[in-house]
Amino acid sequence: MQALYAQLLVGLINGSFYALLSLGLAVIFGMLNIINFAHGALYMMGAFCAYFLLNLTGIGYWWALLVAPIVVGIFGMILERTMLQWLAGLDHLYGLLLTFGIALIVQGVFQNYFGSSGLPYAIPDYPQIGEWRGLQGGMNLGFMFLPVYRGWVVIFSLVVCIATWYLIEKTRLGAYLRAATENPTLVRAFGINVPRMITLTYGLGVGLAALAGVLSAPINQVRPLMGADLIIVVFAVVVIGGMGSIMGSIITGFALGVIEGLTKYFYPEASNTVVFVLMVLVLLVKPTGLTGRAA
Amino acid sequence: MKHRISALFLGTALALAAGGGAMAQDKTVKIGVLTDNSGLYSDLGGAGSTLAAQMAVEDSGLAAKGWKIDIVSADHQNKPDIATTVARQWIDVEKVDIFVDVLNSGVALAVNNLVKEKNAIMINTGAATSDLTNAQCSPNTIHWVYDTYMLANSTGQALVKAGGDTWYFLTADYAFGHALERDTAAVVVKSGGKVIGTVRHPLNSSDFSSFLLQAQASKAKIIGMANAGGDTTNTIKQAAEFGIVAGGQKLAGLLLFINDVHSLGLKVAQGLNFTETFYWDLNDGTRAFSKRFSERMKNKAMPSMVQAGVYSGLIHYFKTIDAMGGNPHDGVKVVAKMKEAPTDDPLFGKGTIRADGRKLHPAYLFEVKKPSESKGPWDYYKLVGTTPGDQAFRPLSESACPLVKK
Repeated sequence: MQALYAQLLVGLINGSFYALLSLGLAVIFGMLNIINFAHGALYMMGAFCAYFLLNLTGIGYWWALLVAPIVVGIFGMILERTMLQWLAGLDHLYGLLLTFGIALIVQGVFQNYFGSSGLPYAIPDYPQIGEWRGLQGGMNLGFMFLPVYRGWVVIFSLVVCIATWYLIEKTRLGAYLRAATENPTLVRAFGINVPRMITLTYGLGVGLAALAGVLSAPINQVRPLMGADLIIVVFAVVVIGGMGSIMGSIITGFALGVIEGLTKYFYPEASNTVVFVLMVLVLLVKPTGLTGRAA
Repeated sequence: MKHRISALFLGTALALAAGGGAMAQDKTVKIGVLTDNSGLYSDLGGAGSTLAAQMAVEDSGLAAKGWKIDIVSADHQNKPDIATTVARQWIDVEKVDIFVDVLNSGVALAVNNLVKEKNAIMINTGAATSDLTNAQCSPNTIHWVYDTYMLANSTGQALVKAGGDTWYFLTADYAFGHALERDTAAVVVKSGGKVIGTVRHPLNSSDFSSFLLQAQASKAKIIGMANAGGDTTNTIKQAAEFGIVAGGQKLAGLLLFINDVHSLGLKVAQGLNFTETFYWDLNDGTRAFSKRFSERMKNKAMPSMVQAGVYSGLIHYFKTIDAMGGNPHDGVKVVAKMKEAPTDDPLFGKGTIRADGRKLHPAYLFEVKKPSESKGPWDYYKLVGTTPGDQAFRPLSESACPLVKK
C-alpha cells in the first residue's frame, strides 16, 4: 500500500512535465493553429541551454530557469518570423510537416556534436540554508523517500501552469490574444499588431517547453533525443485533453502522469503504451478530446 | 575469316582463363558495419565502429598487397526488421562479405539467422546475448567481445562473494535484458544468493523512479541493472536522487560502457562495479590504439569495448583471408579458418576462438574512480580483478550449441 502512494506521487511528478509541455503545445495550437512538432526538440534545447550556461558561462540552475526559456524563446520567435508565419491560413498538415522537419534537423545537429549518451547536469546545491543544501537530498515521508528536487518540480510547474492559464484566460492581454485568433482583421482594425502578438505567443509556448527542459536536466541525462522520446506521449496528452484547451491540457497532463505511474506499479511492461490505449478509448467516445470544443 | 574465328576463340579462352584465375585470387572484400547510428546505443557503436573498421583496414596492410576493401555502414535503428532488410540487401545486391558490430541482441539474433542462410560472416562485437554461441550458435558467427554469461559470471559472482546475497532486477524488456537477467540470476543462486524480485521496463524509458521505488521497497541488498546505454545512465542518476545507495542498497551495473561513465560524470558514477573486456588505459597497446582513435573521433571519445572489438575482429579476419591467398566468399570456410588460428592483437591480447564461435580473452572487473582519484578526462577505471579467458565464459561442457561435439 505504501508503494502505491509512492507511485501516485511519482506519477504526479512526471505529470508536471507532461502538463508544462502540453500547455505550451495547447497555447501554440490554440492561438496559432500550428501543431508544433518541434516542441520536443525545443524542450531538449532548453536542457542543453542550461548545460551550456553552467559550463561555458558559469550561470547556474536558478538563473538558467529564467535565461534558458528566453534564449530558446527568441530562437522560436525567429523560427516563427522566418518560416511558420507563411503557413498561416493553410492546412494544419503543412505546419506539422515543417515543424517535424525542424525537429529532425535540430536533433540531428545536436546528436552529431554531442553523441547520444548525453551530458551530466547536477541538481543545484545552493542556496545552502541550515541543513538544506539547495535542492539536493530528500525527505523521508514515511511511505517513501522524496527527493527535494522532485517536490520542487511539482510545485514550480503547478505555479507556472496556473500563471499561464491566468494570463490567457483572465487578463486583458489574453483577451486580445484570443480575439486575435478568432478574428484577426477586426482586432487589427483596433490598432493592435496581430503578427507581433502571434510571434510573442509562439515565443511563450516555446519558452514553456524550454523551461520544462531546464527542469528535467538534473533528473534525466541531457541528451539530444530526450525530447523525441517524450513528445509522442505529450501529443497523446494533448489529444486526450482536447487540442487547444489550456486547462484541459494542464489537468490531463497531471492525470496521465498518475495513470502511467500506476501502470508502472501494476503492470510495468505496459507503461509505455497505456497513454495511447487511453487516447484510443477517449477518441472513440469523444473525438474532440475530454475538454475540447467541437471545431 | 578463319584467322578471325580462331582469334575470337583464343580471346574467349584467354578471357575465361583470366576470369577463372581472378576467382581463385579474388582480392576484394566488402565490410558491412550494421549498427545504431542515431539511437540510445550510438555512442557505444555507431560512427566509432565505422572508424574502428577503417583503422583496421589501414593497419592490416592489405591494400599494399593488392586487396580492395570497401566499408559500408547503416543504421538499424535497433529494429530487427529494419536490420534484416538492410542485411539482405547488403548480401544480395552489394555483396557484403562480413558484418561487424551488429549491437542490440534482438537485432543480432535476427541477423544471425540471415547470415547463416546466406553463408556470409558476422563478427558480433556489440550484442550481449549469450544465445549467439549457445542454442543459436552458427558456423558463420563469431561472438567477439563479451556476453551476458560472462558479465553475470564476473560481476554477479564478485558481488555475491562480497556479501550481496539478495538481488532485485531492473530489466530492459527485450531479448538482451531477459538474457542478462536470466544468466545473472543463475549465477546469484549458484553462488548462494537469492533473487527476491524483478521489474521489467520498456526499452528507452526516461523515467525510472517508479521502478526504483519498487526496488527500494524490496529491501534487496543489490539492485541489478539488466539494461544498457541511456537506460542504465538514467537509472544510476535517478537512483542517486532517490538516495538508494545512501540508504545501503548497492547498484550493480551488469553492462556498463566507458561512454556511460563519461556521460554520467564521476560524481554520480563513482564506486560502481562492472565488467569489461577492454579499457583504453590497460597497457601500452591499448593506449596507443585508443589515442589514435580518439584523435579521429569528432568528440575525442575513447573507444568503447564494442568499437575496439570491431578493430580486433577485423584484424584477425584480414590475417585469415590474407593467409588463404584470396577471398573465397564462403562464410563457413573462412570462419572455420579463423577458429583454427590463435588471435593476437594489441587491444585484447592473445586469445582463441572456440568451436561454438566464442572468442576467448580475459574479463576485467573494474570500479569507477572517485573524482579525486581521476587524473584527467577519460581516466575513470580502477582494475579490481581479472578472470582468465578460459574461465570467464560459459564452459563448452554446459553449451547447448550443436556445433560442439560431445
